[in-house]
Amino acid sequence: MSTTARKAGFGATLWDYLTTVDHKKIGILYLIGGFFFFLLGGLEAMLIRIQLIAPDNEFISAQFYNEVLTMHGTTMIFLAAMPLIFALMNAVLPLQIGARDVAFPFVNALGFWLFFFGGVMLNVSWFVTGAPDAGWTAYAPLSIFSEGHGVDFYAIGLQIAGFGTLMGGINFIVTVVNMRAPGMTYMRMPLFTWTAFIASVLILFAFPALTVGLFLLTFDRLFGANFFDPSMGGNVIIWEHLFWIFGHPEVYILILPAFGVFSEVISTFAKKRLFGYSSMVFATVLIAFLGFMVWAHHMFTVGLGPIANSIFAVATMAIAVPTGIKIFNWLFTLWGGSIRLTSPMVFALGFIPTFTIGGMTGVMLASAAADFQYHDSYFVVAHFHYVIVGGTVLGIFAGIIYWWPKMFGTMLNEKLNHWFFWLFFIGFHLTFFVQHFLGLMGMPRRYWKFQGEQGLDLFNLISTIGALFMAVGTIIFIYNVIVTQTKGQKVSGDPWDGRTLEWAIPSPPPFYNFKQEPLVRGLDPLWVEKMEGDGKIKPAEPLGDIHMPNRSFVPFVMSLGLFIAGFGVMYQGGYWILAVIGFAITAGSMLYRSFKDDLGYHVHKEDLEDEEGDGSNG
Amino acid sequence: MADDMLKSTNLPQNPERATLEGRNKFMGFWFFLGGETVLFASLFGTFLALRNSTAEGPAANEVFGLELVFIMTMVLLTSSLTSVYAMYHMKNNDPKKMQLWLGITVALGFVFLGFEIYEFYHYVNHYEFGYSTSAFSSAFYTLVGFHGAHVAFGLVWIIGLMIRNAKRGVNLYNAPKFYIASLYWHFIDVVWVFIFTVVYLMGKVG
Repeated sequence: MSTTARKAGFGATLWDYLTTVDHKKIGILYLIGGFFFFLLGGLEAMLIRIQLIAPDNEFISAQFYNEVLTMHGTTMIFLAAMPLIFALMNAVLPLQIGARDVAFPFVNALGFWLFFFGGVMLNVSWFVTGAPDAGWTAYAPLSIFSEGHGVDFYAIGLQIAGFGTLMGGINFIVTVVNMRAPGMTYMRMPLFTWTAFIASVLILFAFPALTVGLFLLTFDRLFGANFFDPSMGGNVIIWEHLFWIFGHPEVYILILPAFGVFSEVISTFAKKRLFGYSSMVFATVLIAFLGFMVWAHHMFTVGLGPIANSIFAVATMAIAVPTGIKIFNWLFTLWGGSIRLTSPMVFALGFIPTFTIGGMTGVMLASAAADFQYHDSYFVVAHFHYVIVGGTVLGIFAGIIYWWPKMFGTMLNEKLNHWFFWLFFIGFHLTFFVQHFLGLMGMPRRYWKFQGEQGLDLFNLISTIGALFMAVGTIIFIYNVIVTQTKGQKVSGDPWDGRTLEWAIPSPPPFYNFKQEPLVRGLDPLWVEKMEGDGKIKPAEPLGDIHMPNRSFVPFVMSLGLFIAGFGVMYQGGYWILAVIGFAITAGSMLYRSFKDDLGYHVHKEDLEDEEGDGSNG
Repeated sequence: MADDMLKSTNLPQNPERATLEGRNKFMGFWFFLGGETVLFASLFGTFLALRNSTAEGPAANEVFGLELVFIMTMVLLTSSLTSVYAMYHMKNNDPKKMQLWLGITVALGFVFLGFEIYEFYHYVNHYEFGYSTSAFSSAFYTLVGFHGAHVAFGLVWIIGLMIRNAKRGVNLYNAPKFYIASLYWHFIDVVWVFIFTVVYLMGKVG
């Protein structure tokens, strides 16, 4: 089956990906989609930096600047970082726990297509009405009074993408709880699986708050509700609460899986078991728990009062403790290890000091009294880029490079990877380190222009030059991908001398992942077998038939329906017909899904024995 | 093996959790309800923040009448009970009785929804208490309307399951579907208990 698919033409490949329910292919879809939006968000970042290269610049108009900065933030968070993390989770998590599939393959595909159409919807706004212009946080009443339909695209596009994320989260929770291989106890799960699991729990409990916030915003703008209209008794602070009850856990959703990637990378390339594994798990859970208790530190200047501000300040500072535990555990893992400076490892080594700086400015910002000075200045911009780029983005790239052989069976050129890292890393610090000082000098964030002769010129110029370095680094990465994939030189299933289960099967894995369910005999199961066994994972079951889910086009159609309906709801009047059609498509495909028995199919064991692996797990 | 999924004989004691797919659905749906809890908690929070923000419009104790709402509460609570009976018969592999009790559940659901629509209609026409009247009215209609939409979705869902499986018995494939639909039905029942308390009782006397 897989051999015929490999030789298929473009149309067949396209159809294959449109209808796939295979988590590995969905991972590739997330990777392509997320990276596309990453480039788009990067382009928007470049426009911002070019506008700010010099005082009183007229490179882009004020309105366009507002749109670009809004879309930069929205795109990077929701359409780049989240899906790229989902790409890694899809590609790796089921393999790491020895599962043949995820718990809900259909829902997994639906999650991807909802994200995709939500992202497309947001970006359609550029062409029809102008993009949203109220900042990625869309604070009311600014978002209520924003003219045109830009903010409607924001609300409805994110709503659709958010449904997808929620479904993806539930899928991974259940996958981890129900689908672990024999012997894979919770405390033997690789750290990436743990962090992805905890991030999924955060998604489950954080995203509904955003769902409600976006609904209220939509109802206010389109259906005459009064949630955020003070003249009718509304209260604009409700938006801020709902947004940050979602928004703060969201930053941990972004960073925890990156922590997981680094834990894998550091342990593999230090050739040591992760130091303090159980404290790492504990710290992850604690960060997630505290992450729900700190949202109001984004609202210190709202005027919630000294008691509320103090409580949220202390809770915020408390998060530095489990995070510090993690930093030290990574350092102790490196200590005395036989370190290989592969490119994922270099990303990890760059991450540690960068993220520590971001963490320290985080504690500074957590001091409520001092925050009145930092609030809405470039100091905040510098802080969250240090944690999101220095943590999440470095983590995503480390993960992509580390698992690239597992996903595609090829190896990215190490030399180019190192070039990418150094250009990106140096560029990053050039861009954002000086922004701390710009903020302390009083430069507010989100401003279209700054005035000359105020000591802001040089640092802004340096910042823009840094952004160019990052752009060049990214272009080298793209070049690397193209060259590697055109050459298509295959590597073995275990090119890094790995420790965890995913390295025990061929690269890319067969569509059923494991021919026989693996038996896990300890933490870092493959390493256990390498040290104490024959280097091969023992099977936990005799060779038998494998049950697989059927492919389906329904997820695509279901999401398309919501996409169409979104325009109808937005433009109303004669366009209501679009809402009717769109919702009918979605409801119809849901009924179809419910009515048609979908029992999957079996791969027979006779066929399995014909397949060629690299012999590691049969 | 695939045929076994559709066989209605020799069912295990808990057919909804006998297969991995069933266990996944069971657990996944519980987690989904956790997310739904946050959704309604956010709506309740918004409502509580705005429940006295009546602007020029009528206040809660001027519009709400407890008689109809009490009847609605009883109807919906009873429908939860009847869905339990349906699940009891499902586990006893008695599809006819299961369908009967599901039918009663759905009928009660329609009665509830009918009363709710009448209630909204009454508020709009007799008290000029519309969606845009005040922040309070927006919050009220959004919270209660979200619940009503959940009821409507549940009705379509359960009717769909009843029609699809009208001519076949309980099996390992459809038992989890029936079971999570009944879980969903209990959940919207619980939410209504909170709405009855927070919106109506507190609105009348709070």
